[in-house]
Amino acid sequence: MDSQAIATLPEHGHAEHEHSPHLHHHFATEDQQREASNFGMWLFLLTEIMFFGGMFTAYLIYRNWYYPAFVAGSHWMKIWAGTLNTTVLICSSFTMAMAVYSAETRKRKALLRYLSLTLFLGFVFLGIKAYEWHNEWVEHHVPGLNFSINDFTHVDPRYPLDKPLAPDMAEKTQSYFSLYFLLTGVHALHMLVGVSILLFLIFNAWKGAYTTGHMTFIENFGLYWHFVDIIWIFLFPLLYLISRHQ
Amino acid sequence: MSTIISLPDQSTATLPKRSYLNSEYGLKSWLLTLDHKRIGILYLIVTLFFFCIGGTMAALIRLNLLTPGGELVAADTYNKLFSIHGIIMVFFFLVPIAPAVLGNFLIPLMIGAKDVAFPRLNLLSWYLFVTGGCFELYAIIWGGMDTGWTFTTPLSTHYVNTHVVSAALGIFVAGFSSILTGVNFIVTIHRLRAPGMTWFRMPLFIWSYYATSILFVLATPVIAITLVLIVLERVIGIGVFDPAKGGDPLLFQHLFWFYSHPAVYVMILPGMGVISEVVACFSRKRVFGYTAVAFSSVAIAVFSFFVWAHHMFIMGISNYSALVFSLMTMLVAVPSAIKIFNWSSTMYKGSITFDTPMLYSFSFIGLFTIGGMTGVMLASLGMDIHLTETYFVVAHFHYVMVGGMVSAVMAGLHFWWPKITGRMYPEPLGRLAAAILFIGFNLTFFPQFIVGYLGMPRRYHSYPPEFQVLNVLSTAGASVLAIGYLLPAVYLLWSMKYGKIAGANPWQAPGLEWQVQSPPLTENFPEPPVVDFEAYDFEWLANHTKSEVQTVG
Amino acid sequence: MSEPTHHAHTVVHPKVYAAVFGALLLFTALTVFASSLELGVFNAVVALAIAVIKATLVVLFFMHIRYSSKLLKLTICSGVFMFLVLITMTLTDYISRAWGLW
Ligand code: HEM
Ligand SMILES: [Cu+2]
Repeated sequence: MDSQAIATLPEHGHAEHEHSPHLHHHFATEDQQREASNFGMWLFLLTEIMFFGGMFTAYLIYRNWYYPAFVAGSHWMKIWAGTLNTTVLICSSFTMAMAVYSAETRKRKALLRYLSLTLFLGFVFLGIKAYEWHNEWVEHHVPGLNFSINDFTHVDPRYPLDKPLAPDMAEKTQSYFSLYFLLTGVHALHMLVGVSILLFLIFNAWKGAYTTGHMTFIENFGLYWHFVDIIWIFLFPLLYLISRHQ
Repeated sequence: MSTIISLPDQSTATLPKRSYLNSEYGLKSWLLTLDHKRIGILYLIVTLFFFCIGGTMAALIRLNLLTPGGELVAADTYNKLFSIHGIIMVFFFLVPIAPAVLGNFLIPLMIGAKDVAFPRLNLLSWYLFVTGGCFELYAIIWGGMDTGWTFTTPLSTHYVNTHVVSAALGIFVAGFSSILTGVNFIVTIHRLRAPGMTWFRMPLFIWSYYATSILFVLATPVIAITLVLIVLERVIGIGVFDPAKGGDPLLFQHLFWFYSHPAVYVMILPGMGVISEVVACFSRKRVFGYTAVAFSSVAIAVFSFFVWAHHMFIMGISNYSALVFSLMTMLVAVPSAIKIFNWSSTMYKGSITFDTPMLYSFSFIGLFTIGGMTGVMLASLGMDIHLTETYFVVAHFHYVMVGGMVSAVMAGLHFWWPKITGRMYPEPLGRLAAAILFIGFNLTFFPQFIVGYLGMPRRYHSYPPEFQVLNVLSTAGASVLAIGYLLPAVYLLWSMKYGKIAGANPWQAPGLEWQVQSPPLTENFPEPPVVDFEAYDFEWLANHTKSEVQTVG
Repeated sequence: MSEPTHHAHTVVHPKVYAAVFGALLLFTALTVFASSLELGVFNAVVALAIAVIKATLVVLFFMHIRYSSKLLKLTICSGVFMFLVLITMTLTDYISRAWGLW
């Protein structure tokens, strides 16, 4: 029974290295564990790229098909709101990076401060987004639920040079708004998830977690938050800016 | 060259006192387990449950097709039958069975790790899978869905009023389970290999599971978003795929097949991994051209992202695009062929024994070759116009999926059964079942090639009377096939209690998983193993055994 | 373990973060400004180019990829690559659908 003899050796290899409380039994070192979860997080972000990828593909195709409708639709975006939101998200990314830094340098107060700031900025973003959505609802620009092509078959006062769209093309503004709500909606959903996790992180940090050297969780959450920021960095020009002039 | 190994007699083996099976008892210890081996078994139970549902549907389909008029069920019901069959078999049986069952059980053991990288995530993915399954069961019980497994728009979004939404949500949720499994495996393979286990010392099984995991991570999210779009379309009519609102149904096809073609490779790559292990072990030889086989797995994974539109040749995609995709599809057959050649060369001049797993491997190699070759036929544009949407396509993918993958799963299940349970299955019955399966399978599906070539379309509940002979043959074959599945079910269950005790290494295989007791300990390896031998190194095992015997004796 | 896992973990100094932060804000202003110019098709090109630059900055510094292992760099590249495959291979159809029919 050679192999069995090997396998049933008494367990001594186990107590050899002192285990830190955060080290799971199947990792050899804490470094290995940290690298592994970092890598896992990145792989998860890859799936997120592909998830948004499908929507971006749809956007690209329909924008080329129904160019005038997409131009007309995007003229109803409030550029000031989009710019403000972009700025808010970039600030929140910065505070998040600083939060990770504070955890690394084990400063609990700073960590709490930066996390709360990030949370606050996250809420601001969602607030502004909700305000925009509300406006679009009022303007009857929500496909499927309440949509009217009225705004697109008449000259838009803010763009007096725009020609009104033929009813056929005006219908296609729905494509634009569908994708707009889809993209910003899924993005906002990610923000919501992020904000909920942030609440949880703040609670833990307040109890003293993450500033004792074990900070994988907060690091990985940082990656997630930055990723959501990156998505917005692309949504902003695509939805608000690129047709401003046509 | 093959190597003869004489292990100490396994017939006097006893079950180890402590193992992952008896470390804890009770339902709770299973439902809350973090042990990759137990999670693998949880997956086995659930996927087999779904296999039974899918199988029942298949039986009803075949029964209905016994007569040209399709007297057994109404046309509507027939649509539901094949839709449920397809959805369950693809998303809830074939996609998860090999990765989540065999992969979970074996990957850590094979690379010398104590567990997968994220055990909790692993358990979570099982629960996600079960949740997705519940959605699916709900949809089935409350009336079923009749879109086919392909959810074709605008049929699925506008014209049917069955439970498309919950079916789609079920697949969406189960998709996350695939993604998490994929993430887990990739990190495990990268980060938890034992000292000395370099990339090119890994068993080929690991390589193919690595490729599978890549597909999971990169392809599954695309179907997730596609299904979300379907659901939104149905619920609030957002119009991304709706021509009336300017949407393009073909875009749905692009997104769907961007996932679903790689998914068919998810349903074959793990099987190829199993076959590499089994063929090497029962030929007593290192797999011929190890690197070629390893890289062909990765090549298949990468190529499979470039071929999806071969499912859309007649749907109105651009002719030029069709040319590109046709060419790429034929290219993907190359790495598959490399594998077939290498397995054959491995067997050449090996000392082959014809144990059950090896018989299933033969069946895999033969049937997969037929399936692959007909795939190349379908990939050529002229042929495809004639053959698409006929039973020829049905026969093609059943040859690869059932003939290939299910054979491989059976090979793997038999091969590692002693490791999983610690007991042997009855060998004569095993061989008998393998033979029945092979005969039943060919009897069922070969007539479908012919009847498809003659022009019988798929997905209809009745057919012209001149096709009856071939259909009756097919139904007869299906009943033989059913015996081929029921028999193993019976004797495998029986063997859990009454089978001969297997011992650590009944096949005298050199893989790491065979160097520990069967069933293994919860922590797999009491001490982290150090790997100083190549994969499939039978010499190493022979020498190692000799010295062990000397020191022990 | 057989790979270089022991990757010295660099702590990025806040100064770097602040610089990146400033650059991101600057690029945001730039892209809004550029959108108000009449550039024809280049409006889209400029906007996307700026977005790519901003995203790269975030990935490299905020997400620490500049200081990470090759494996992670490769992982991200493969994700971007597959995204591009999805788009370009789909476009092979859309671009040429209207070309001469046989
Ligand atoms: C060896 C390389 C292969 C080639 C060249 C190939 C080619 C093709 C082609 C061209 C079609 C489209 C037929 C049509 O609808 O007109 C097809 C369909 C299909 N193939 Fe393959 N195939 C290969 C391997 C596989 C494998 C390994 C699997 C699964 C394990 C598979 C599963 C399927 C399925 C499920 C369909 C039908 C999907 C549907 O319409 O419901 N194929 N194959
Ligand atoms: Cu395919």
